[in-house]
Amino acid sequence: MAKLTLNDLRKLRDEKQKTMAKRDPSHKDAQIIVGMGTCGIAAGAKETFNAIIDELDAKGITHVLVRQTGCMGLCHSEPTVEVIAPNMPVVIYGNVDAETGRQIVHAHIIGKTLVDNHICDKPAMDIVR
Amino acid sequence: MGYKQYILVCGGTACESNQGIALFNALKSAVISNGLVNDVQVVRTGCLGFCEKGPIVKILPQDTFYVEVKPEDAETIVKEHIVKGRVVSRLLYDKKQSQINVGIEGIDFYQKQFRIVLRNCGVIDPDKIDEYIARDGYKALEKVLFTMKPQEVVDEVSKSGLRGRGGAGFPTGKKWSFAAAQPAGQKYMVCNADEGDPGAYMDRSTLEGDPHSVLEAMTIAGYAIGADKGFIYIRAEYPLAIQRLETAIAQSREYGLLGKDILGSGFSFEIEIRLGAGAFVCGEETALLASIEGKRGMPKPRPPFPAVKGLWGCPTVINNVETLANIPVILTKGGLWFSKIGTATSKGTKVFALTGKINNSGLIEVPMGTTLREIIFDIGGGIRNGKAFKAAQTGGPSGGMIPPQFLDTPIDYENLGKIGSIMGSGGLIVMDEDDCIPNIAKFYLDFTVDESCGKCAPCRIGGRKLLDYLKKICNGDGTNADIENMQEISEAMARASLCGLGQTASNPVKSSLRYFMDEYKEHIDEKKCRAGKCKNLLRYTIDAAKCVGCTACARVCPANAIAGERKQPHVIDKTKCIKCGQCFEVCKFHAVNRA
Ligand SMILES: Cc1cc2nc3c(=O)[nH]c(=O)nc-3n(C[C@H](O)[C@H](O)[C@H](O)COP(=O)(O)O)c2cc1C
Ligand code: SF4
Ligand code: SF4
Ligand code: FES
Repeated sequence: MAKLTLNDLRKLRDEKQKTMAKRDPSHKDAQIIVGMGTCGIAAGAKETFNAIIDELDAKGITHVLVRQTGCMGLCHSEPTVEVIAPNMPVVIYGNVDAETGRQIVHAHIIGKTLVDNHICDKPAMDIVR
Repeated sequence: MGYKQYILVCGGTACESNQGIALFNALKSAVISNGLVNDVQVVRTGCLGFCEKGPIVKILPQDTFYVEVKPEDAETIVKEHIVKGRVVSRLLYDKKQSQINVGIEGIDFYQKQFRIVLRNCGVIDPDKIDEYIARDGYKALEKVLFTMKPQEVVDEVSKSGLRGRGGAGFPTGKKWSFAAAQPAGQKYMVCNADEGDPGAYMDRSTLEGDPHSVLEAMTIAGYAIGADKGFIYIRAEYPLAIQRLETAIAQSREYGLLGKDILGSGFSFEIEIRLGAGAFVCGEETALLASIEGKRGMPKPRPPFPAVKGLWGCPTVINNVETLANIPVILTKGGLWFSKIGTATSKGTKVFALTGKINNSGLIEVPMGTTLREIIFDIGGGIRNGKAFKAAQTGGPSGGMIPPQFLDTPIDYENLGKIGSIMGSGGLIVMDEDDCIPNIAKFYLDFTVDESCGKCAPCRIGGRKLLDYLKKICNGDGTNADIENMQEISEAMARASLCGLGQTASNPVKSSLRYFMDEYKEHIDEKKCRAGKCKNLLRYTIDAAKCVGCTACARVCPANAIAGERKQPHVIDKTKCIKCGQCFEVCKFHAVNRA
C-alpha cells in the first residue's frame, strides 16, 4: 500500500466502515473475536483461539471469521470471546477454555443457542465512535 | 430454529445464593407454561457485576436490565415483557441512584462504565490499522492537519479540561502551551509508558488493545507544539505491547500517517520506541528523559521544566499513555463535549486496574466523580467471599489508604488529595478485613525503599527508617514513640525529597496512621494483629472444650508441636510452634484459636 492522501484516507475509512457495519468481510456473516491481551493470553486465549479454528474446520464451517482483539477489561473472566452471529444478540463469553470454545461453535454457531454459564456483561455502551 | 428473545439470569455466586436458582427455574417454567419454549431461551450467565442489586435478569436483544428480581416476578416478566413487549418498570435499575455526571444527553444506560480511553480495546484487532481507521481513527489528525492551526489545537485541549493521567494531574493544554511558546527549533514529544506502579496495567492494556490511538495523539501533539520527533518510553517487560506498537508504527509509516509530509499536509513526524529497564523511578519525567539520553535514570531538580528544557536541552512534552489516548476523541468531538463529563475540576474518565480482594478484578473506565462504592460494589461485584471492606489504595506506593467512611466520596484529583491519597496512574487495590494495615504499609515502603535511586537523603534514609519502624511494629516490638517518629519522618520526606517518589513514599504511612491508628495501637499495646497476618503476634491454642481429638491438626503440624491422644483434647507446645497456621486451617471443629 502506497502512502495515503487525505482523500485516500477518507475513502478507506468509508469502505472499512461499510464492511465492518455489514460485518461481512469476504462473505463471512459471523465473527468470533478472542481477547488476546497479556491477561487473555496468560489465561490460555491462544489455546482457545486454536481450538475454535480447528473445530470450525472440522465441522466444515466457512462463514465464520475468527479475529483477535485487545483486553475487554474483564480480566477476572479471561479468556473472553465475543460472538457476533446473524439474528442473534451479540454476546461476550468469559472463562472460555478450549472445550468451551468448541462448545461455542456447536451451540452458538451451529445450534443458535447461547452457551450456559459463560455469558458476561458488555462492559460499557459504545459511546465514542 | 432460532430464538427470538433470550432471558439471561445471573448465575454468579452472589445472585445464586440469593434465590437465583429458584428464579432461574421459575423463569424456565414460566416460559414453558406460556408456550414459548421455541421462542425464548433462558440462560445462566457469569456474575454481571451488580451483585449488590442481585439477582439480576437481563433480556436480549432489548438489553433490559432488571434488578432484585424474585422468583415470584418470573411470571410477570414472561407475561409482560416477553409476551406483551411491555417493560416491567418496577424492576428496572433506578438510574437516579447514581450521581455520576456524564453530562451527555441522549445516553441511557444502566452501566457505570464510560469508555473513551478504552473505546477500541476489545473491539478492534490491534494489529490492523484499517480497523482503527474504520472506527474514526486518524480522523482527528486529519482535522488537525488540514483545518486547525497549532495554537487552536492547544486551545481545544485546554478547553477540554484534560489533566495528566500519569499521576500529578497537570493540565495537559497548559503543558502543551508552554512547549508551544518556546521559540521554533528542535522539540520533542515523549509518551511515558513506563507504568511502574505494582498492580497497575492500564497503559499496557491500552497499548496492546489500541496502539494507534497513542500514535495519532503523539502526532497531533507534535503538530501542536512544533515537534517533529517522538519517543515512546516503555518497559522491556511489556513484550506484547512493544510488538503491537512496532506493528502499528510500521503500518502508519506505510500509509504515510507517520513520516515525511503526512497525508500531503507538509507536516512531518517520526516516532521511535525506547525500552526502559523497569525501574520505578524511571517513570519520573526527568529521570525518564535522562534514561532516553542514555544516562543513568536519576531525577533532576525542576525547574527547568522539560517543556522548556527537556531532551538534549530541547523543549519536550511528556504525557502519559492514558492522557494521550483521550486526545483524538477530544479533537473529533470537541473540548466542550469532553468538559461536560466528570466533576468541576476533573474532566473526562479514569481507567482503573481493579485488583485485590474484589470479586471482579479487571480494567474499568468510569467518569470522574464516580464513587468508590460504585466501583467496588456495582462494577467490581463487591468483596470476595462476602468479607468486610477495610480500605482501598489508589495511587499505588505513592497513594494512601482510603477507609470505609469515604466510600461515597466522588473520586477526582481534589477529593483524593483531601483524604490523603492521590489519583496516581490508576491502580486500585481493595483490602478486606483479613488484610493487616501496618503490614500493607510495610509492603509499600519495602517497594519504595527498593526503588529509591538514592540521590537524595530524605528519601534514601527516611524511607529506610520508616520501613524499620514498620517492621518493628509488625514484629510486636513497636512503641508509641515509634509512631511519633514515623509521623515526623513522613512529613520531612514529603517536604524535602527531590522527586515525586520520595515526596509521596510516606503517603501509605501517613494515611494509615490517620485512619487506622487503632490497628497500630493494637500491635503496639496489645501485641495483637486482628487480621492474623503478623506472625510474631500470633498465638495458637486449642480450646479443650471444642477439641474432639480427631488428630487432624497433629498430623498436619510440620513442627510436631501438637500432642494428644485420639479422642482426647490436643495441646500445642508453644516452644515448638512455628506459627504456620496449618492447624487453624485444618480443624473442622474450630477448636484451634488464633489470637
Ligand atoms: C517515581 C515516579 C514514577 C512515575 N511513574 C510514571 C509512570 O510510570 N507513568 C507515567 O505516565 N507517569 C509517571 N510518573 C509521572 C511523570 O513524572 C509525569 O508527571 C507524567 O508522565 C506526565 O504525564 P501526564 O501529564 O500526561 O500525566 C511518575 C512520577 C514519579 C515521581
Ligand atoms: S526522592 Fe528518592 S527517588 Fe527521588 S531523587 Fe530523591 S532519592 Fe532518588
Ligand atoms: S501453627 Fe503450625 S506449627 Fe504451630 S501448632 Fe499449628 S500446625 Fe503446628
Ligand atoms: S453474582 Fe449476580 S451480579 Fe454478581
